Amino acid sequence: MTTALSIKDLRKVYNNGFEALKGISFEVQEGDFFALLGPNGAGKSTTLGIVSSLVNKSSGQVEVFGYNLDTDASKAKCELGVVPQEFNFNMFEKVEDILITQAGYYGIPASEAKKRSEFYLRKLGLWDKRDGPSRSLSGGMKRRLMIARALMHEPRLLILDEPTAGVDIELRRSMWEFLREINAKGTTIILTTHYLEEAESLCRHIGIIDQGTIITNTSMRELLQQLNTETFILDISPAQTECPPLDGYQATLQGDHTLLVDVEKSQGLNQVFAQLSAQGVEVTSMRNKSNRLEELFVSLVDKTLGDNKKGGSDDE
Amino acid sequence: MSNRELFIAFWTILVKEIRRFTRIWAQTLLPPAITMTLYFIIFGNLIGSRIGQMGGFNYMEFIVPGLIMMSVITNSYGNVVSSFYSTKFQRHIEELLVSPPPNWIILAGYIIGGSVRGLLVGLIVTLLSLFFTDLYIHNFWVIVSVVFLTAILFSLGGFINAVFANSFDHISIIPTFVLTPLTYLGGVFYSITLLPEFWQHVSQINPILYMVNTFRYGILGVSDINIGVAYAMIIGVIVVLFSYSMYLLNTGKGIRQ
Ligand SMILES: Nc1ncnc2c1ncn2[C@@H]1O[C@H](COP(=O)(O)OP(=O)(O)OP(=O)(O)O)[C@@H](O)[C@H]1O
Ligand SMILES: [Mg+2]
Repeated sequence: MTTALSIKDLRKVYNNGFEALKGISFEVQEGDFFALLGPNGAGKSTTLGIVSSLVNKSSGQVEVFGYNLDTDASKAKCELGVVPQEFNFNMFEKVEDILITQAGYYGIPASEAKKRSEFYLRKLGLWDKRDGPSRSLSGGMKRRLMIARALMHEPRLLILDEPTAGVDIELRRSMWEFLREINAKGTTIILTTHYLEEAESLCRHIGIIDQGTIITNTSMRELLQQLNTETFILDISPAQTECPPLDGYQATLQGDHTLLVDVEKSQGLNQVFAQLSAQGVEVTSMRNKSNRLEELFVSLVDKTLGDNKKGGSDDE
Repeated sequence: MSNRELFIAFWTILVKEIRRFTRIWAQTLLPPAITMTLYFIIFGNLIGSRIGQMGGFNYMEFIVPGLIMMSVITNSYGNVVSSFYSTKFQRHIEELLVSPPPNWIILAGYIIGGSVRGLLVGLIVTLLSLFFTDLYIHNFWVIVSVVFLTAILFSLGGFINAVFANSFDHISIIPTFVLTPLTYLGGVFYSITLLPEFWQHVSQINPILYMVNTFRYGILGVSDINIGVAYAMIIGVIVVLFSYSMYLLNTGKGIRQ
């Protein structure tokens, strides 16, 4: 299998002395859909910034489809499309010109660029806006324009830094559809997001970065398997004053109509329903407490936070 | 990238630069036309007629080459400094940083873009001067080569200024406090032979003096300085500024964290 992105021992110390990346390494294989997750300030944008040549690294190695960013920059850049976290258009330039100009930087002649820009503008619902300046677009439209711009040279690896931030739900779903489609056609995708539901629904592999170190790098399936218990919220009737006894389960009553039940993977839910029916309690509806991944994420990040605090106090 | 692709990338930057200054022509092309016409009327016609001869020509004939060069200098510099600074400021420099063209292509695009504006304004001013005086051509190749080299030199200067600028104030400091005084003292309005000997020597460290005089030599055939020395100096400065600009781009000064 070809490696789309390989990062080795990447370090970044910003000019003010802040160490944003403390030697991270990971690989993304061709065709993968990879999520880079982490709390605010973890170093996600710094990592992607170095990969896209927007940030100077302090040390380490980056290879895009085998092309080293230090020695083969031009070739590496041709394989790579970048959708940054913050808007970076010329606000006065026409939407269509932004795409054609970008293609020109990659050596694509204007006639070909015009065809591609029409294709992507239509595909991303921006065709009506093509003659206006980019500052006349809404936030969600600007994001889509950045995606179109990143695809003009048809890169094999697309990296997106929070592509769905500030995008409404409907649009987010259509963007997911679009990303799935280009991934299915062979484009490797790396994205960062704070919506774990998004990562869960789109991505096959996941890396979690916190305070400049990778704390988890695994497949989505394995990660989810680490979740042993799941909390369900049951709406029940009639109203209860005390928590109905549930043998073998941890349950708590919340208000008089809501029951929280922790269920282990091995247990299943049938017994919960059986026991409740036997007591004359009806379950009117049921849902997950919250995104499971979110909980896992929080516990992983909290753990490193705890470890680091310990390290800090040792020094003193 | 193949040569053809490199050329397309260069051309894209150049066209974008030209589109920028023609779109805002009322800020870029019109003001020098108005200012220089005023110079022609006031200094050339009204005051010049009382001054009499300068360097063997009437005053109007003497200052026209200087004023053309002054326009080329300020506009080449001004174009690159404001264009590249706003590219940085609005962050669309990132569009170029993620793209494959090597830095010299990026630099060439901006420098030639700035030079095109300098030369275009120079041409406009030259055409306007024809309403006031006849244009001589003593040596066509000297005229063309020195005006072109000057445009390149000051475009490079504007580029370096933009790299270091952190605010819109910074892009007007050098033009106001360095470029304008050097131009006024660079033999645009007078022959340095009018100065006391000491100030003649001081004037000779002013690079603009060499460009103005070489250009005037191309038109009128007179110069205060040696033309060969002037070319050597201009080309030398271009080499230094180009190398320094490349160094700044390669290290990402002001554009990459
Ligand atoms: N230019 C800079 N100078 C100094 N420190 C910086 C700079 N840019 C980022 N940092 C710091 O580096 C750390 C990582 O920032 P980065 O932008 O990579 O985080 P992130 O994971 O993308 O966060 P978010 O989810 O908020 O986008 C932060 O602590 C940030 O303050
Ligand atoms: Mg970020």
